[in-house]
Amino acid sequence: MQPAIAIHGLSKTYASGLTALRDVNLEIRRGEIFALLGPNGAGKTTLISIICGIVTPSEGRVLADGHDIIADYRAARAGIGLVPQELSTDAFENVWDTVTFSRGLFGKPADPAYIEKLLRELSLWDKRDSRIMALSGGMKRRVMIAKALSHEPRILFLDEPTAGVDVELRRGMWDMMRRLRDSGVTIVLTTHYIEEAQEMADRIGVIRRGEIILVEEKNALMAKLGKRQLTLTLNAPLARIPQMLQDYRLELSEDGGRLVYTYDNREHGGDIARLLQRLGEVGIEFKDLSSSESSLEDIFVSLVHSPS
Amino acid sequence: MNLYGIRAIYLFEMARMRRTLMQSVASPVLSTALYFVVFGSAIGSHMVSIDGVSYGAFIVPGMIMLALLTQSISNASFGIYMPRFTGTIYEIHSAPISYVEIVLGYVGAAATKSILLGAIMLATARLCVPFQIEHPLWMVAFLVLTAVTFSLFGFIIGIWADGFEKLQIVPLMIVTPLTFLGGSFYSIDMLPPFWRTLSLFNPVVYLISGFRWSFYGVADVGLPLSLGMTALFLVLCMAGVRWIFRTGYRLKS
Repeated sequence: MQPAIAIHGLSKTYASGLTALRDVNLEIRRGEIFALLGPNGAGKTTLISIICGIVTPSEGRVLADGHDIIADYRAARAGIGLVPQELSTDAFENVWDTVTFSRGLFGKPADPAYIEKLLRELSLWDKRDSRIMALSGGMKRRVMIAKALSHEPRILFLDEPTAGVDVELRRGMWDMMRRLRDSGVTIVLTTHYIEEAQEMADRIGVIRRGEIILVEEKNALMAKLGKRQLTLTLNAPLARIPQMLQDYRLELSEDGGRLVYTYDNREHGGDIARLLQRLGEVGIEFKDLSSSESSLEDIFVSLVHSPS
Repeated sequence: MNLYGIRAIYLFEMARMRRTLMQSVASPVLSTALYFVVFGSAIGSHMVSIDGVSYGAFIVPGMIMLALLTQSISNASFGIYMPRFTGTIYEIHSAPISYVEIVLGYVGAAATKSILLGAIMLATARLCVPFQIEHPLWMVAFLVLTAVTFSLFGFIIGIWADGFEKLQIVPLMIVTPLTFLGGSFYSIDMLPPFWRTLSLFNPVVYLISGFRWSFYGVADVGLPLSLGMTALFLVLCMAGVRWIFRTGYRLKS
């Protein structure tokens, strides 16, 4: 199936000499939620801005829904919606007019019924006649989303969509994203909230200093790079780890009361069974055990700080 | 062609005019009406006629042209500068709309506002000063041509400006003096030869002269020259706008 977005050899060097993107190659599948993660200044917003037509690429080619974003920009842009990072709105316009304006700008005839449905879904219907300057930050963010969805795009870019949004509203936005994904919309998400990517994304891309360093299914990434830990709270403290347990990656807490076993997600649970059996053999008894796994945040931090 | 896109920009800009009626319409109409009252009715009645036209009537085309030029520039420059200032320009850049369509929307709305304003001023002037229009079609043609040309010029200024001060510099520091010195209040034939020759380098002379000819059939320079100079400025502005969009000057990085 043709990808929603296909990026080939994309580079961007600004007039200032800053190289924001270096030979980016990426395909975003139709109907997925793709989270693009990266530290500040990594090139996330530049990449989105090029695809949406806001920034001119230095080199490379981008196809959106099969249309070249430069040669066939009308068809490419008609299917794209963008929620930018900044809350850029016309303060004196009211909600209804600004959303209607966006639909017209993208070449669609007026459809009051659709705009009403959209505003209701985003809990903005009661505010339709309010000036944007009178809205709270969260509501303005929703107005930006309504504008981006006003022309019924097939691809939606969300650049830090939940920045400065309270937890309840964030969860509401996540629900909306899932509904959009289920209706066939491809979503590209950049976020600083790794929890958001972990919660929402089907695939994860990590960008660092203008280069895509990793693209992976979220679950596969978690399994491949994630770590699990089993913590045993012992009945009696140990002075040191017995020789018979040296084959296992075990750490003893300073007080000797807890034994921590670290293993890869790829390793099977059989090791744990053998470890517990071995503990019994050497006479170590425990009164409690708990397990934990590394978060996407831990994986992200280790990736962006790795030397290569 | 993205007709819905052009319409959206056009209606958005016209809505801005409705929201700011006092600033967009009432203020320029009032200031121009004061000129008509002071120079037309009060002082004008004590002054000799120029080229057979009473002084009060003589200044009407120049006053309308002054308002038309400044308002066209102001409307168009503000129209494109505000989205740049607030950041909402991202939406224009990311929309499936060509630069010609963007210009049609913004410049069309700015020119419409100026033409409406010119019509209101014409009606206001008629209340203060008696005058005639000998060539009404030419009058409308000059009105539209000037409004479009200077709206394009304003559009360029709105893209060039990187602050509100720059937005005001050209209309206040360049266009207004050129209009005052371009024969709004006098015929350049009344000037000494040196100053008359110097005045011919002022492009506004040709606009006012042609516009005044459409009212009274008298002009400082010939009609073809007036039309030619106005058309030349229009072409220069169109070339400027084309260059801006081709290079992305101050619009795209």
